[in-house]
Amino acid sequence: MDITFENVNYIYQQGTPFAHKAIKDLSFHIPSGSFVAIIGHTGSGKSTLIQHLNGLVHPSAGTVTIGNYRLTNDEKPKNMKELRSKVGVVFQYPEHQLFEETVEKDIAFGPENFGVSKEEIAKRIQEIIPAVGLSGEMLKRSPFDLSGGQMRRVAIAGVLAIKPDVLVLDEPTAGLDPRGQKEIMNMFKELHKKEGLTTVLVTHSMEDAVQYADHVIILNKGTKYMEGRPEDVLTQQEALNKVQLDVPEAVQFLLNFEKRFGIKIPFQRQTTEEIARDVHRYLQGGGENE
Amino acid sequence: MSNSLIIGQYVPGNSIIHRLDPRTKITIIFFFVFVVFFANSLLSYAILTAFALASVATTRIPIKFIVKGLTPVWFLIVFTFLLHLFVTKEGTVVAEVFSFKIYSGALIQGIAISMRFFLLILITSLLTLTTTPIEITDAIEDMLHPLKKIKFPVHELALMMSISLRFIPTLMQETEKISRAQASRGVDFKTGPIKERAKAVVPLLVPLFVSAFKRAEELAMAMEARGYHGGEGRTKLRELRIEKRDIAIYVLFLFVIAGLFLTRNY
Repeated sequence: MDITFENVNYIYQQGTPFAHKAIKDLSFHIPSGSFVAIIGHTGSGKSTLIQHLNGLVHPSAGTVTIGNYRLTNDEKPKNMKELRSKVGVVFQYPEHQLFEETVEKDIAFGPENFGVSKEEIAKRIQEIIPAVGLSGEMLKRSPFDLSGGQMRRVAIAGVLAIKPDVLVLDEPTAGLDPRGQKEIMNMFKELHKKEGLTTVLVTHSMEDAVQYADHVIILNKGTKYMEGRPEDVLTQQEALNKVQLDVPEAVQFLLNFEKRFGIKIPFQRQTTEEIARDVHRYLQGGGENE
Repeated sequence: MSNSLIIGQYVPGNSIIHRLDPRTKITIIFFFVFVVFFANSLLSYAILTAFALASVATTRIPIKFIVKGLTPVWFLIVFTFLLHLFVTKEGTVVAEVFSFKIYSGALIQGIAISMRFFLLILITSLLTLTTTPIEITDAIEDMLHPLKKIKFPVHELALMMSISLRFIPTLMQETEKISRAQASRGVDFKTGPIKERAKAVVPLLVPLFVSAFKRAEELAMAMEARGYHGGEGRTKLRELRIEKRDIAIYVLFLFVIAGLFLTRNY
């Protein structure tokens, strides 16, 4: 589903002394099927933006369009529940939302609310459990007996079981160990490709943005600061530093390499191995390529 | 979320009322609540109302905000007024509405009682509007201090109060977060039959309790790690001190009381 923001503003506690503008005149377009990373430091409006995506809040001004659903200040689609079944949101620390007696029941909670049949839910659970890296014997256990990482996976499974068209991820790997982070992000990437999802990833991690997203939006103080392909946006060190962000480590390395050896290797979202190969080639070939 | 209710909410400011010693504010409000019930004439009500409105004006909190914040209370005030209007049967009949006789005594009584109500709520909400919860607990601890002689756990009580006050906003935030997450999973808190809505509370309450217990444990650990061992010999970061402005307010308030008793029965 296409996602479009048109001059969206959002004000918290409007009309009180605490009124606070969280989003200012924000416009962007996310075409269906893309993997977008939204980056910004704390308080840049990322979390507020997310809540617009499934109608938890309505813009104070402007229009948000998600597929056929339109959200404005005074217009409320009657089929809000339908929208929420199409847009799955994995919030920060999603393990805080677990409440059922067993893992199985908790995963089934979402689809049940949206009226999915029992058989279909059972089928989905069978598919999802291995995908998120859990084992079948956990289904009957209480989610509160699991480790933090496992609880996170259960919570994510609970959102995936809804089978949304748009998947919104708010720092889904915060607080996990490095290996778990990688596994979960790879799982999202695979799912994105396999199911043809539109994925919106909110993150602090420049590395994740470079590795997984094909489009980046940088927010600052509630408004769009930069937007474009990761290799174009995330290489602009000066601009990023201005908003308390920095280039990914790979870019950092290439910049340092250029300073030290005077050789410019263009950044094309290479992995570390690819960069090592590039460096090897440049150092051996002595610039034979240009 | 609950934008409409301001009782218990603090609005930062730098007015003289904000800067008053919290003990002064509590004392004056305590006596004001008593004194309100002595008013019985137009003039005495006028004096009390003037005092209350002047206090509100001094805080520089937007009137609109206060009026909006008292919305749920307006209902109560209007209800009290109507109740008195139709039930009291004193004085002469002044009007008839749908064969209900409205007496002059009822009108006066209704206005007087709802006025009292309004003054009480206005002045007490001023306390929390202009005083941080920490200041209030400090003041209560200090004012209850004499009870220590009869082994009343004043310090522990104050600590419990400040901890619970401190965690109200945290729990509110947590509630909001969890309800957002569950709403995204298709829970409908706002519409539907009562039975369904009552059921929708479970996915909200369970995670809330879990995190509250976790937080309590963490807090206990953090306090012990910083060497907390009860109130014995503990000094204070914020010392309460009575300043000139407090004395000035007390004097002013005494004048108000004197004025009230002089104008009674007028």
